[in-house]
Amino acid sequence: MDMFKRVPISEQDPKVRATNFDEVCLGYTEEEAMAEASRCLQCKHHPCVGNCPVGIDIPRFIKHIAEGNFAEAAHVLAEYTALPAVCGRVCPQETQCEQKCVRGIKGEAVSIGKLERFAADWAREHNIEVGKTKEKNGFKVAVIGSGPAGITCAGDLAKEGYEVTIFEVLHEPGGVLVYGIPEFRLPKDKVVKPEIENLKKLGVKIETDVIVGRTVTIDDLMEKEGYHAVFIGSGAGLPKFMGIPGENLNGVFSANEFLTRNNLMKAYRDDHDTPIKVGKKVAVVGGGNVAMDAARTALRLGADVTIVYRRTEKELPARVEEVHHAKEEGVKFEMLTNPVEVIGDENGWVKAIRCQRMELGEPDESGRRRPVPIKGSEFDMEVDTVIMALGTSPNPLIASTTRGLEVNKKGCLVVDENGQTTREGVFAGGDAVTGAATVILAMGAGKVAARGIDKYIKEKYGEKAQA
Amino acid sequence: MFKIVEKRFLAPNIVSMDILAPRVANSAQPGQFVIVIADEVGERVPLTICDYDKEKGTVNIVIQSIGASTKKIAQFEEGDYLRDFVGPLGRPSDYVHEDLEEVKKRKYLFVAGGVGTAPVYPQVKWFKEHNIDVDVIIGAKTKELVILEDKMREVAGNLYVCTDDGSYGFSGMVTAMIEELVVNQGKHYDVVIAIGPMIMMKFVCLLTKKLGLKTIVSLNPIMVDGTGMCGACRVNVGGETKFACVDGPEFDGHLVDWDLALKRLAQYKKEEEELAKRGETKVCTCHQGGAN
Repeated sequence: MDMFKRVPISEQDPKVRATNFDEVCLGYTEEEAMAEASRCLQCKHHPCVGNCPVGIDIPRFIKHIAEGNFAEAAHVLAEYTALPAVCGRVCPQETQCEQKCVRGIKGEAVSIGKLERFAADWAREHNIEVGKTKEKNGFKVAVIGSGPAGITCAGDLAKEGYEVTIFEVLHEPGGVLVYGIPEFRLPKDKVVKPEIENLKKLGVKIETDVIVGRTVTIDDLMEKEGYHAVFIGSGAGLPKFMGIPGENLNGVFSANEFLTRNNLMKAYRDDHDTPIKVGKKVAVVGGGNVAMDAARTALRLGADVTIVYRRTEKELPARVEEVHHAKEEGVKFEMLTNPVEVIGDENGWVKAIRCQRMELGEPDESGRRRPVPIKGSEFDMEVDTVIMALGTSPNPLIASTTRGLEVNKKGCLVVDENGQTTREGVFAGGDAVTGAATVILAMGAGKVAARGIDKYIKEKYGEKAQA
Repeated sequence: MFKIVEKRFLAPNIVSMDILAPRVANSAQPGQFVIVIADEVGERVPLTICDYDKEKGTVNIVIQSIGASTKKIAQFEEGDYLRDFVGPLGRPSDYVHEDLEEVKKRKYLFVAGGVGTAPVYPQVKWFKEHNIDVDVIIGAKTKELVILEDKMREVAGNLYVCTDDGSYGFSGMVTAMIEELVVNQGKHYDVVIAIGPMIMMKFVCLLTKKLGLKTIVSLNPIMVDGTGMCGACRVNVGGETKFACVDGPEFDGHLVDWDLALKRLAQYKKEEEELAKRGETKVCTCHQGGAN
């Protein structure tokens, strides 16, 4: 075995998977996982750990895998993360733990993400119970949103003995894991549901169909329903559009709408009522993971798909793995291209998207070179569907219905180093604070807030609630 | 799961249901709506709130069963459970938060079209509870589709009923009724609030603009989540893109781009027909607000 190279992982054939919604990556076998784990140098200063937003003791769980103690590996993961099977699949490991891997200096970094996934999947398939909770302390915490931030915060607090209720606006818990990330990247029944069930096993209650700010307010939860603290993990919010002419034509969708129809409402399945429109030729505007998800979903629904992005491939914010998978499956890329208008037919349907070519100029505030339009380079791309994957802006509902919550000029909630907002006892984390980011950063914020809430409640009320 | 505690027919294809949903009943205000999912495979269907009883914890919804999903919901019986019932969604009507003295100074005319009578009812009731008399027009295609007349009469100042075919009340559409009141009878109104099929609201607005009457409408575009996540419900109001679910559903009717809104409402027509062929039912949500 070449210790400088990763143990290859099996994937569905690109031609086959482009026509189904089954998971792309098939995961390591026990032998493969042990071989890959044996590549870990177990170095003393383990820089990988410092680059993990939830600080998982990576060498320790990998050592257990190398020795064939898979259950032990899962126990180590459970100390740090409520969602190892999710993170093993969707974390950008290449810019986090794996980026710092010492193996990576002379060869390929250890496949930390794939090993995490292996251990979590193995534990689930072998019914290994990983959660332990302390004795109940009688304090009540409300968690708003059941996405990665909310799940993490709720899980950590439940383990500490808190009575936690999650309020979820949609009809299924999971947040972006359910409505946003597609089945082929993150299987719902196999991976997400069991993680939610684990949370319930810790004693966390989940109330779906509750829109905080409308059905009930944070003020009500704290003043009338006796919650000692609240965590807001309400997520990303309203989809952004470009503000170009023709954007409200029929056939222009936000990636959020397209993905929600497909993933949450299961429009790709014949036995579900919600329709989805994909058209024959689709342009997806944007270059992030959401753009890749939308493009690959449209492709699987039978469309010819082109990603339109205004910078070059190097600047694509999406994970390299996702771009690679999208290309393998047949998604086309039009780089240095920016839409300026969506053109409609006489019935109000999209028939083309007018774009201009770009070139890269001086770096902007993000440090990436700013795309500049090339004069006279306009051209029309014939499409019948346009999907805008341009990010989101915060939903103002909670901030506008809660006393004393401050937002910054982007509309994101302001928090301190403990995750506490400007309102005492109200904490927040995830996209509601940072704007659209990643699953693992939201989890990290959920963890910080859980510690912040624990400290806040115990300092204010003592170790146990008064009966 | 949300229990249907009472079901009754208001017209041959219009049912009224009381749903046990204490949190929603406790928070609902005039102008807001709910989203209902019938079963495991159901769509998220936005429906208007007709009434709410905070003590019983029930919310009354009215469904015209003319589409796949509304038909499915309407087939549920007393004692059955709807899979999901979320709300209240959208912003309450403006007057709820305005200075009551200012509101009292204005003369309101409500224009209710068809099953749009249901969402008008809680608004008129709110005015009654605040000792303000408002005039109400109920318009329907024909006599048997006039709903909630008695309930409305209890809370309205003057109630005018009109039917397109003249089978009951004033003969003519709601626009003719408005002209009759304002032009022929010389009645004065400060604000018109019109709720009904989008095409009706469009024509009411064309008329009231001519008459110089400020008009509020409640838009019912296609929605998926209904909470500000998907952007399917975007409408052009005064040249700006608004999301009906979070910025609305009520807007200044004279600023709405109706032709765009009507086109967007037809966006899933083909899929709706296919769904109908699938043997279940068909979706036409022109009165209820867009499911799909």
